[in-house]
Amino acid sequence: MDAVKRYFRSPAAVIGLILLLLVIAMAVSAGFLYPRDPLALAGRPLVWPFSNPRFLLGTDNSGRDIAAQIFYGARISLLIGGVATMIAILIGILVGAFAGYYGGWVDNVLMRITEAFQTLPNFVLLLVLVAVFGSTLTTVTIAVGVVSWPAPARLTRAEFLSLRNREFVQAGKTLGMKDVQLILGEILPNALPPVIVYASVVMAVAILLESALAFLRLSDPNVASWGNLIGLGRDVLRVQWYVSAIPGIAILVTVLAVSLVGQGLNDALNPRLKSR
Amino acid sequence: MRILSLAGRRLAASIPTLFLILIGVFLLLQLAPGDTVDALMAQMGGGDAATAQELRKFYGLDLSVPAQLGNYLWHLVRLDLGFSSIYGKPVATVILERLPPTILLMTASLSFAFFFGLVFGVIASRGVNRWPDTLISTLGLIFYATPSFWFGLMAIVVFSVYLQWLPPGGFEDIGNVQTGIWHVLDIAAHLVLPTLTLGLIFLAIYLRIMRASMLEVLNLDFVRTARAKGLDETHVITRHVLRNALLPMVTLIGLQAGTMLGGSVVVESVFSLPGLGRLAYESVVQRDLNTLLGIVFVSALLVIIVNFVVDLLYARLDPRIATEG
Repeated sequence: MDAVKRYFRSPAAVIGLILLLLVIAMAVSAGFLYPRDPLALAGRPLVWPFSNPRFLLGTDNSGRDIAAQIFYGARISLLIGGVATMIAILIGILVGAFAGYYGGWVDNVLMRITEAFQTLPNFVLLLVLVAVFGSTLTTVTIAVGVVSWPAPARLTRAEFLSLRNREFVQAGKTLGMKDVQLILGEILPNALPPVIVYASVVMAVAILLESALAFLRLSDPNVASWGNLIGLGRDVLRVQWYVSAIPGIAILVTVLAVSLVGQGLNDALNPRLKSR
Repeated sequence: MRILSLAGRRLAASIPTLFLILIGVFLLLQLAPGDTVDALMAQMGGGDAATAQELRKFYGLDLSVPAQLGNYLWHLVRLDLGFSSIYGKPVATVILERLPPTILLMTASLSFAFFFGLVFGVIASRGVNRWPDTLISTLGLIFYATPSFWFGLMAIVVFSVYLQWLPPGGFEDIGNVQTGIWHVLDIAAHLVLPTLTLGLIFLAIYLRIMRASMLEVLNLDFVRTARAKGLDETHVITRHVLRNALLPMVTLIGLQAGTMLGGSVVVESVFSLPGLGRLAYESVVQRDLNTLLGIVFVSALLVIIVNFVVDLLYARLDPRIATEG
């Protein structure tokens, strides 16, 4: 409860939470507010924002409602960001836990692989994965998750290294607990908090990665995503710059919200570090 | 010399990593739909199966996967990255042509982010929790959340379309080739917006790290000693605090090298710069897998080299590292 109180004492964390809830509300309400397909033609192309009450945020190059695409785009960004983060954290915990718990050659091999992933620029790897497996919503989400796991793995490993020789683990060993029980039941719950906090960083990066991919037209073209819309708006950038500007603000707000919430959680859970 | 051998040992340790990456990506690319010959045939406007067979034999694509991998690695040892059928040139030549703009862009962005991150970090830490700090920290958060390609597009709208101060893209003025100093200035003008765009997120990261690192070092005993000696504040900051506070910043350069290279893919596409990143994007779109693999190799190599340089720098900044172990 103390942590919750501390969280709400920080104005930045509260603003972040409000923004995040707003984005989630957009994702949830997209279906009621815009029951039609957001990628269907809705009116004349390139209507400026606030000039026609039917299209509050205007229309894009081919006459699709920008507001509808923004609302549906919130779904895509949260979906890809969320699922990719879960994939990255899951792989990271698995690799980090094994490396940290067993040490020795297991650690050596796993850390070599982690290092390889960290040496290769993650966006280049993302391009390779998309080139090989194509760019549907599923493959892009998995690809973003697969390039994001090394940092959580290192974090989990460090936690496991510092926890594995503690007394409660020794006690579990003496009781005859199996390795799996020790890793999952004893050490992991203690190692988890910093990893969960770090998940906000992973999610912020994942959303940015997907939008960059979509901007390059290498993500799924059949869904309304913010990155797609920015890429589309690039063709009419010189005059109708709003087509690109509006979805960019949506990405900015979402990533900002996720980072602020993560920072707030971090400060609330580690009060001693807050003075920094 | 000790520094050199230490950094050299780390460099040697990264060679297996490099091979691991190459083997992994090579095997991954085997799963890709279509190969070089398919791309070539498409370029030629189609052809019969016999020609395809002939070409596959010529490029060694009819061998088993392990044999192909062995072939590739053997050629690589002799710095031969294979042949790009799309560009009709050896991959190594294509990549070398595209390398200078990327290296220029990365160096410029890094310098920009490092310098201003340092300055803003110091300013923020000097007035911690007062308005300069709040302003800088808030800006840092916003910059961190800004998608670079979007910032680039908006910068083009403002500075190239409305104000017409800077060119909207390209590496140099093609219609009006300059010489000497004017040529340099021309390229510099073309690189201003890409540099800002790529550097923005790193500026945000650097100023945050610098601020935290300054605050930590400012509380250490030797700073109190320096003040007690009667040194003035500027002296304490520049001679004592800064040098120690810089260490995490330098570490970060090595850690972020890969991210920066990845970011240049997007930025080069926004500003149509003929660099390595744009080449990576083009080779994905054109299914030029040989070139893509070459880019994977070169970018991993670049990251390793940057880390080597960072090791050397680090040892210069902190002599303890060179004398230890």
